[in-house]
Amino acid sequence: MASQKEVLIDPIFNNNPIALQVLGICSALAVTINMATTLVMCLAVIFVCTMSNLAVSLVRNRVPTNIRIIVQMTIISSLVIVVDQVLQAVAYDISKSLSVFVGLIITNCIVMGRAEAFAMQNGPWLSALDGFGNALGYSVILIGVALVREPLGSGTLLGYEIIPTVANGGWYVPNGLLLLAPSAFFIIGLFIWAIRAWKTEQVEEPEYEIAPNGQYKEAI
Amino acid sequence: MGLRSLLDDIAPSFERGGKFESLYPLYEAFDTMLYTPSSTTSGASHVRDGLNLKRVMITVWLCAFLPVFVGSYFIGLNANEAMQALGMTSVGNWRGFFLNGLVSYDPNSVWDCLVHGLAYFIPLYITVFVAGILFELWFASKRGHEINEGYFVTSILFTLSLPPSIPLWMAAVGVVFGVVIAKEVFGGTGKNFLNPALTGRAFLYFAYPAQMSGDAVWVAVDGWTQATPLGNAALGLDYGVDWMSAFIGSMPGSVGETSTLTILIAGVLLCLSRIASWRVMAGVLLGMVLTSSLFNLLPSSNPMFAMPFYWHLVLGGFAFGAVFMATDPVSAAMTNNGRWFYGILIGFMCVLIRVVNPAFPEGMMLAILFGNLFAPLIDHFVMQSNIKRRLARG
Repeated sequence: MASQKEVLIDPIFNNNPIALQVLGICSALAVTINMATTLVMCLAVIFVCTMSNLAVSLVRNRVPTNIRIIVQMTIISSLVIVVDQVLQAVAYDISKSLSVFVGLIITNCIVMGRAEAFAMQNGPWLSALDGFGNALGYSVILIGVALVREPLGSGTLLGYEIIPTVANGGWYVPNGLLLLAPSAFFIIGLFIWAIRAWKTEQVEEPEYEIAPNGQYKEAI
Repeated sequence: MGLRSLLDDIAPSFERGGKFESLYPLYEAFDTMLYTPSSTTSGASHVRDGLNLKRVMITVWLCAFLPVFVGSYFIGLNANEAMQALGMTSVGNWRGFFLNGLVSYDPNSVWDCLVHGLAYFIPLYITVFVAGILFELWFASKRGHEINEGYFVTSILFTLSLPPSIPLWMAAVGVVFGVVIAKEVFGGTGKNFLNPALTGRAFLYFAYPAQMSGDAVWVAVDGWTQATPLGNAALGLDYGVDWMSAFIGSMPGSVGETSTLTILIAGVLLCLSRIASWRVMAGVLLGMVLTSSLFNLLPSSNPMFAMPFYWHLVLGGFAFGAVFMATDPVSAAMTNNGRWFYGILIGFMCVLIRVVNPAFPEGMMLAILFGNLFAPLIDHFVMQSNIKRRLARG
């Protein structure tokens, strides 16, 4: 039985859903152009993931195995609809710029994966902690990506100019690539590189050994 | 030999346990650049051939100097003509400090044009070379790779693919991206699946479109705008150049791409020395001719549909890409039959992007990167069909 602390803290760096399990990449590419949408997206995922794990765990002993996925989907989509409606009511602009991606939390592999892999086998309190921890791990990477993309891509952070751009009379030439979704691939890749350089136990075994090239004096 | 003994004297401090152990790749690169490596096969060797990575890379590098000089001449010519039209007699930026006493910016003088062009090429090349080699050295010393002549080729091809007036820091950022993300993270020389020079260029193209495309960047005079003939063609305007001048290279464009004639001469040299694959080049040409002829037959209001193949050949980066970029032995297909398919795919994609996609007047860079992605798959199918054929033979 995993301890509460492990369940909460592990997904942040040791078993990060994006960096190690490579799940939930789609929304990480789509919403990280600026920090405001990223934060809202993170809050939405934290809410959905925690509550869905809690709810799935509560009903886990009543659900027949062969319809469990349908039950999980129903719970998750109800929660997502709640989030979507709340966003449209209180933050209409951000809800518009997030467009379909709030709705697509339903298909976010992390939410579904945690419900299926953890909440179906564990008690409500632990499951809620696990959902919260995994959503935090997701948020850490998303916020990190947005911290690179928004300042370097448009010179702003949360809409405030922090690097004066050439267009506004400053010196910084914004990097247009960071406003395109593929740039998040590079940035997530660099994050994975950094995390694995720090936590070397995450490095996978090579599929085959590459012969060393040109060590000195090998042939003498 | 004084230099040889000097190198031997300092060798121990770079070898394992020495003071500068971490700089061994730099020492090794410098030593093997000057002298033939002393490490040779000790057992019975099977094939004797003077061709090695060193010679392959240096041959490409030397061939690339043809477009360097001719391209520089045409940069200077374009710039001098623009200056004459604007009535300028001196260059205002820091290049003028060196140039103003040396040349008189006369477009009819070969010397004035060549020196003016080299004043753009040389700082660009030095910046690219130094920025890239520093990162290459860093990775090589961390990971125990060799630094080899491959970087000479990457750096010069990258420089030749840039517009002449690009800011130097941008070129440095681009080449570092190409070297690190396209090559070193995959394990260094010989293990990259994308062409590092083109990856760096693609990065710049999407990151800084205002300095990499448009009308203001192709002629190296501030405030002078002139579209490339390919840009004119996409808008249905007059190309602004006749075919022969375009073939020889007298038009605005990236540093090395303008002169199709020079590039073809370099291509013949590369094929004769068996360094580059003639099958790739022929495949690219064939794919381009077939696809553009097909588009010629289709009725359309898009003026690019009617562009004949001999114009596709001389405009934009087609020839440069086909001869220097697509033939990169690492990222191209490895099997002989696969090289044909790989080349045809690139020629096809290049024309497709040029003609049908209004966002990109030029398609060669994206076509080659696309071809690079498919090269392993093409090789896989060629090998599978070989295996099947030989099994069927019994």
